[in-house]
Amino acid sequence: MAVLDEHPQTHYFVPAPSRWPALGAVALFCLGLGAAFAVNGMSLGWWSLALGVLILLRMLFGWFGDVIGENQLGRYHGQEGMSFRWGMGWFIFSEVMLFGAFFAALFWVRLVALPTLGSLDYKLLYPDFSASWPLLTAPQPGQAYQAMEAWGLPALNTLILLSSGATLTWAHWGLMLGRRAQLKLGLFITIALGLSFLSLQAIEYHHAWTAQQLTLSAGGYGMTFYMLTGLHGMHVLLGSIILLVVWLRVLRGHFDAQRHFAFAAAAWYWHFVDVVWLLLFVFVYWL
Amino acid sequence: MVMAHTADPQPVVHKPHGWRRWLFATNHKDIGTLYLWFAFCMFLVGGVLALCIRTELFRPGLQFFQPALFNQLTTLHGLIMVFGAIMPAFTGLANWMLPLMLGAPDMAFARMNNWSFWLLPPAMALLLLSFLVPGGAAATGWTLYAPLSVQLGMGMDLTIFAIHILGVSSIMGAINIVVTIINLRAPGMPMMRMPMFAWASLITAYLIIAVMPVLAGAVTMVLTDRHFGTHFFNAAGGGDPILYQHVFWFFGHPEVYIMALPAFGIVSQVIPTFARKPLFGYTSMVYATSSIGVLSFMVWAHHMFVTGMPATAQLFFMYATMLIAVPTGVKVFNWIATMWEGSMSFETPMLFAIGFILLFTIGGLSGVTLSVAAVDVQLHGSYYVVAHFHYVLVAGALFSLFAAVYYWFPKMTGRMYGERLGKLHFWWSLLWFNVTFFPMHFLGLAGMPRRIPDYALQFTTFNQIASVGAFMFGLGQLIFLFNILHSLRHGKTAPQQPWEGANTLEWRLPTPAPYHSFHEAPELETAENGVVLDMRGGKHG
Repeated sequence: MAVLDEHPQTHYFVPAPSRWPALGAVALFCLGLGAAFAVNGMSLGWWSLALGVLILLRMLFGWFGDVIGENQLGRYHGQEGMSFRWGMGWFIFSEVMLFGAFFAALFWVRLVALPTLGSLDYKLLYPDFSASWPLLTAPQPGQAYQAMEAWGLPALNTLILLSSGATLTWAHWGLMLGRRAQLKLGLFITIALGLSFLSLQAIEYHHAWTAQQLTLSAGGYGMTFYMLTGLHGMHVLLGSIILLVVWLRVLRGHFDAQRHFAFAAAAWYWHFVDVVWLLLFVFVYWL
Repeated sequence: MVMAHTADPQPVVHKPHGWRRWLFATNHKDIGTLYLWFAFCMFLVGGVLALCIRTELFRPGLQFFQPALFNQLTTLHGLIMVFGAIMPAFTGLANWMLPLMLGAPDMAFARMNNWSFWLLPPAMALLLLSFLVPGGAAATGWTLYAPLSVQLGMGMDLTIFAIHILGVSSIMGAINIVVTIINLRAPGMPMMRMPMFAWASLITAYLIIAVMPVLAGAVTMVLTDRHFGTHFFNAAGGGDPILYQHVFWFFGHPEVYIMALPAFGIVSQVIPTFARKPLFGYTSMVYATSSIGVLSFMVWAHHMFVTGMPATAQLFFMYATMLIAVPTGVKVFNWIATMWEGSMSFETPMLFAIGFILLFTIGGLSGVTLSVAAVDVQLHGSYYVVAHFHYVLVAGALFSLFAAVYYWFPKMTGRMYGERLGKLHFWWSLLWFNVTFFPMHFLGLAGMPRRIPDYALQFTTFNQIASVGAFMFGLGQLIFLFNILHSLRHGKTAPQQPWEGANTLEWRLPTPAPYHSFHEAPELETAENGVVLDMRGGKHG
């Protein structure tokens, strides 16, 4: 696939004992414990969360540093490269299933829960409720709110994210053809587009939360809107950070036409996030 | 940048000593050992919780535990046995044996392998810690159904985050297993000839990657319903409590096969060895396992027949569920056909494997009974269900794990286990398992509901029998523990090939297996089910 060794490979790289995973386990323990305390309003939880984040950052820098160092020393060959590619592929599959759970919630609410609640069977319980989408009044009405409009900022964001996919592919061509300047510029534009997307999303959230009174507690519409776009936004943030690291490595002269797993993995992840957004645009904003 | 084109000799990794060997481990055998011991400890913890339940149920009325605490015991018993004992034990065996059976130097991602394991103790610590916080542990049953899970105290939050960490752990472990099987098989070990244990582990790992994120999504929705104002499971806001059940069981039913398929794989290695015959119908075994992997995603709502589904949906899920009996029947048929006219001997692993076939079939048939929607309306939430899934999980998953540990113990440790104690352990477990769980069928048919600390007087006798059986069964597991601990030090030295009929790759290695095996990939000539006909090369580090 990416690496063609001249000789058939006889050894598979097995790393020496490492302290990073154990440190990562400590980090996740602090995060889990801290989160459970914090959501219950105990200030101790926030300290534990902060500690967990710090340890996790240390672990990520150390672990990825080791991997990049091993790669630079030439420890990885074709077979290791294949493992990394399969691993990334299966990771993205697990992400697909995670989004699947929340999309399932959206479709269940739209296609099953609301029509049932609006049917004759529930007239005694919710006499004034009629099912519609976007849901502007929950069966038990709370504060009034407005739904999102697809053809404003969201459409612009769709354009931005689709363009970022194109610029990333343009950067990939630069890498394959040895045009480093094109690679650097393409990656830079992709990251800039990703961050613009996030900024616009933040502006949109602010407007929705304050001007439109659309909050997480705004019934079936608000919750699916924020959970789905929020989960997606976190993935865009993570994708941007990954691309940023790849860009910094490119500036240092890493990667060539044969060896660039990190670039490929970042690109797969970015395209995956792109596709999720298209589904969001169609089913959350538009239809 | 540096390009290494010549074969790059690996840095020699010395075997580290002391606690560092275990905490920083990247060796698949060390990590496998950690998994197995951790799983056994959790098996004891979950077992003690089960005995608390059986103590309370020895007599009608409330004796020892108030209902709230009783519900916490049943919940934690389930969660700990599923996520702390059975799943890690299978992952541990896969860690230990897959590289040896496939001719790989280690797992594909040795460092990530360490993280997969070391995330388990923190997650289990969060779960157990939940007993101590105000309101106590989750009291919903292991299914964590909304709206009850939305209303409970902060023990539920600890449970949710523990499940997140467990999910991260098992997804990474599963990716490791899939990539090792796909990418690290030695030359001459094609997929359609590799051991059934590898096939079972592959499909299991695929199921884990597919459904653990769905469980994470479900409990995240519970979390936001609890603390961030969403209404996923609340009709007043346009949500639906039934939604939780759909999302949960979309995870939950494949989870059943995550705990059953590796057992099928183990039995498919053990039976041919002690019948001294090749596995009957290897190809059909592969297709049966794969089709179970597909079908398991299409049957989840048979757990929800009493939620008021449309009749067409009930019919669909009923027939789809019955369909699973076909590939499972193929497997049982193949195991029996393997034994047919074999030259059988009955060492402990074989006894557990045959016990597995017998009792798992009973559990499978009571499953077919439950799949009939009209019957399920009567049996749903009764002790019949408890009996059914303990036949599948205790006599199924657990018995296969015992078979595996006895079978591979000589290769792992270099010593033989005590055969007499092993046989005692088997017959003891077989007897008391049935004493414990068979009466539960009658209790369920007579209408005793599960997850209730008290019961009507007419259920007393069967409950007392079950409680006695449970304590005796639990006691019997100490025979196993003693056997293992004693044999580790004083067992007879094991030969390289302790079982006459065993001919998969791991038995070509010295005993105990060298710390770094297949440092260089061997070249193999193989037959179906991982049988090695010839091996060239394959140095050990």
